[in-house]
Amino acid sequence: MAALTREATEALIAEVLEVYPEKARKDRAKHLMINDKTLESSKKCITSNRKSLPGVMTMRGCAYAGSKGVVWGPIKDMISISHGPIGCGQYARAGRRNYYVGTTGVDAFCEINFTSDFQEKDIVFGGDKKLAKLIDEIEMLFPLNKGISVQSECPIGLIGDDIEAVAKKAAATIGKPVVPVRCEGFRGVSQSLGHHIANDSVRDWILSNRDGQAFETTPYDVAILGDYNIGGDAWASRILLEQMGLRVVAQWSGDGTLAEMENTPKVKLNLLHCYRSMNYISRHMEEKYGIPWLEYNFFGPTKIAESLRKIASFFDDKIKEGAERVIAQHKEMMDAVIAKYRPRLEGKKVMLYVGGLRPRHVVGAYEDLGMEVVGTGYEFAHNDDYDRTIKDMGDATLIYDDVTGYEFEEFVKACKPDLIGSGIKEKYVFHKMGVPFRQLHSWDYSGPYHGVDGFAIFARDMDMTLNNPCWSKLTPPWVKNNEAALKQAA
Amino acid sequence: MANIMIRQNGAGGLVFYLPKRDLEASIESIEFDTPEKWGGELKLDNGGSYYIDPVARPARLPISVRARRLGAAED
Ligand code: SF4
Repeated sequence: MAALTREATEALIAEVLEVYPEKARKDRAKHLMINDKTLESSKKCITSNRKSLPGVMTMRGCAYAGSKGVVWGPIKDMISISHGPIGCGQYARAGRRNYYVGTTGVDAFCEINFTSDFQEKDIVFGGDKKLAKLIDEIEMLFPLNKGISVQSECPIGLIGDDIEAVAKKAAATIGKPVVPVRCEGFRGVSQSLGHHIANDSVRDWILSNRDGQAFETTPYDVAILGDYNIGGDAWASRILLEQMGLRVVAQWSGDGTLAEMENTPKVKLNLLHCYRSMNYISRHMEEKYGIPWLEYNFFGPTKIAESLRKIASFFDDKIKEGAERVIAQHKEMMDAVIAKYRPRLEGKKVMLYVGGLRPRHVVGAYEDLGMEVVGTGYEFAHNDDYDRTIKDMGDATLIYDDVTGYEFEEFVKACKPDLIGSGIKEKYVFHKMGVPFRQLHSWDYSGPYHGVDGFAIFARDMDMTLNNPCWSKLTPPWVKNNEAALKQAA
Repeated sequence: MANIMIRQNGAGGLVFYLPKRDLEASIESIEFDTPEKWGGELKLDNGGSYYIDPVARPARLPISVRARRLGAAED
């Protein structure tokens, strides 16, 4: 059952759009839709991946964030240089909580900010020399790094530095891959193009490095793509795959290594969690190496069971049995989690606004807990993401693309959700409005949320947030008394 | 002319993908579909259509080919 009827939702959208000037209203109207499960394609209902309107508050990031922050950053034994002024890297450093095993500064480098710290003179005279020197210094100070990537920030593209030449030369001298990535922030409309650029640079500089080299394979080799191990997500996913008898050769890129990525072309199946950020490389591997890829979803027991069976269907009976065994083995624990939290969460309404995959992937997990997602949206999705979302969401629910700060607030005021799942930029606005809020980018310093172990934590966190006694204390006693007195007087 | 990729989906249908614009659409009809001659006009489910030079049917999908846009549905 939807929270609002189709007509009411339509009226709500019209009302919210009212304040915009004519042209902006027309543009924003294209980014909002009311879900209709019967649709096959979202094309006619929602426009996505367009430039944000000037003047509105958008939650999007830049191409550099998509490449350095999402795809390249979590590779633990490579050093990603934030090439340009210091701020871009410093304010994004370790913010995504991509967990890894390793000794930071010795053989793992995700949490350190490596930057060329551009100054005026580098803009005027070019930064290529500085970059070459920086790579030398890195080699001297951190000899255990397995490779270096150069992540361009905006000025690099503007002043026309030739980072490719520097990278080629440096790679020859240090004998390791040095990958120039042209992910200047101004490219594209959001971080999405950064993902694409990063995928392309992996394809061009990394993926075929070990072609033709011996590698001991098994018929059960798979790779996890698009899991960034936020709060340990990839580990919670990996364990399920291993329990059913598969061998996980690579993790892209949470807790991943360069060697794992180079060995990925040898696997039998690519498992894709975040479609948006890694479909490009999956498509490439499918064409070049004939490796099929499969989207899966490890949020909540229903989707986990579905996904495990789907994955197993690519393999023989041994794995199929393995999948059933894993599902059965965890059933009791999953049922216990649901028995404990469902009564406390049943019937509550959730609104989401996240990034690449969660706006649709977590819907199943909420439904397992008896909660209902009444609105969802993506910061930087494309139409193929919305095609996939339509099926997962209830009829007549709200779907918003690149929602503006104002619109989101108004939607929340009207839909009155019991919980909002979004990012840090939205968090305090809604806290101040008195609406329980969970960060669904970084799991609010908790996690993992993927897999069986993750679901238990997910359920606990949702309960902890929603049923927290603080929400009833938001109106100060003197205001409350006043209200009561007024009522009495009336 | 644009580089496109044609792949097969789980149900066996053909899917069109334009990497440059991250455009994915299923192919509703393909003009020639015999082992010797495969290609021609592709009609997409989003209303667009593209033309690829007919070739012998590729042994394995996906395949990247050059395509020409005939009718544009995608603004
Ligand atoms: S838009 Fe440019 S300057 Fe801003 S964070 Fe991104 S790369 Fe840095």
